Amino acid sequence: MTITDIIKQLSSGMGVTIEIFFVTLVSSLILGLGLALVRMSKFKILSILAKIYISIMRGTPLMLQLLVVYFGPYFIFGIPITRSYRLNAVLIGFALNYAAYFAEIYRGGISAIPDGQYEAAKLLGYSKSQTFIHIVMPQVVKRIIPAVANETITLVKDTSLAFTLAVAEMFTLTKQLVAAQSSMIPFVVAAVFYYVFNLLVAMFFDYLEKKLNYYR
Amino acid sequence: MNLLEMNHIKKSFDGLEVLKDISLTVNEGEVLSIIGPSGSGKSTLLRCATMLEKIDDGDIIYLGEAAAKSEGGKAAYAKAADLKRIHGYYGLVFQNFNLFPHYSVIKNITDAPLRVQHRNKDEVFEEAKELLRKMGLSDKANAYPYQLSGGQQQRVSIARALAMNPKILFFDEPTSALDPELTGEILKIIKNLAAEKMTMVIVTHEMNFARNVSDYVIFMDKGVIVEEGSPETVFNSQNQRMKEFLGKLNAE
Repeated sequence: MTITDIIKQLSSGMGVTIEIFFVTLVSSLILGLGLALVRMSKFKILSILAKIYISIMRGTPLMLQLLVVYFGPYFIFGIPITRSYRLNAVLIGFALNYAAYFAEIYRGGISAIPDGQYEAAKLLGYSKSQTFIHIVMPQVVKRIIPAVANETITLVKDTSLAFTLAVAEMFTLTKQLVAAQSSMIPFVVAAVFYYVFNLLVAMFFDYLEKKLNYYR
Repeated sequence: MNLLEMNHIKKSFDGLEVLKDISLTVNEGEVLSIIGPSGSGKSTLLRCATMLEKIDDGDIIYLGEAAAKSEGGKAAYAKAADLKRIHGYYGLVFQNFNLFPHYSVIKNITDAPLRVQHRNKDEVFEEAKELLRKMGLSDKANAYPYQLSGGQQQRVSIARALAMNPKILFFDEPTSALDPELTGEILKIIKNLAAEKMTMVIVTHEMNFARNVSDYVIFMDKGVIVEEGSPETVFNSQNQRMKEFLGKLNAE
């Protein structure tokens, strides 16, 4: 089997990996912001609930969480599990898990904005939402880029955990291929794929960081 | 006309009484300076006047409209819509400038008039350029705050406050974060504004400046007004505490 054949065999898996990556990234970045705001909310009960949620999501293995999301509906509610639910379970599990990490990154960024920024905005008559969207968030984004980049690079590698639910992403296919061909080459191809993927991710965040370097 | 009236203001932080029954009036076109040692409550008074802090008791009345009114020993604040309108009557220049670092100088000045006041874009930019010229910063319109000296940043923040066309401008120790040379820059600007009859309330440690530029001076200590009146009255006061305070400054 030539390298080209291996790549051809793995290509559908690469597509699934890329899908898991993008869907997780977008949904957990949005979910994470909401979670961070709940975590920082004045309502003590909500804040504590968010804190507990984050603690559990960060304190237990992602692999276990994926299994819970996949088998949970059947064991808890008796809903039969369909084949097509596999990928959705992976996407839901990843989003729920990564939202917890991003929430803490957002929280750090938001609490780093000096009170003076809020006070200046208040004096100039900005509403609370205007202050958050136009004054606070742009500064938060700049501050949290390095941390988000780190987490995103971890996400690229974590997508391989989807094999737990036998979703046909890159790593699942690679392992099958290695077993079928008794050859290490598919592993090498997979490694190169993840490495190049992360190289692109890192380059993107470098670019973003430079672009936001116009102020300090 | 009274632009601002504060009656019997009381404010405590965790049981510590910071303002004990403070009353003051600001007339149109007047410059009021508030002086006193650190911890005397003068900055808190300013923060209460600008509603960054809530008072416990007393009245705050801008242009005859009550922002807060004493009711049964507690201050009752006006409805949100009224407070929003009253907010538009005044501006504040901070000790640490608090410019928006992600906005250029011109955007710092024009953003609120456009986004909050929904004014005409051409008119706002025209006015902002005129303000920058007055502040001697015409060449800095597209610079970002981090590229400016402290004095320049403070001038931008004065321009930003003025762009909202406030009736009263508050200054909270506007030169405390600046070296003597830059302090002079800012004081000159405030003097020019006074000459234009801008109504201002200035919390300051610059005694000579307070003496020269003010119409009225309030000396505060430990949450009360110890001495007040024209600069001559206050600076020649025979009050023991006032003399001590000025004496220490002169000794330095």
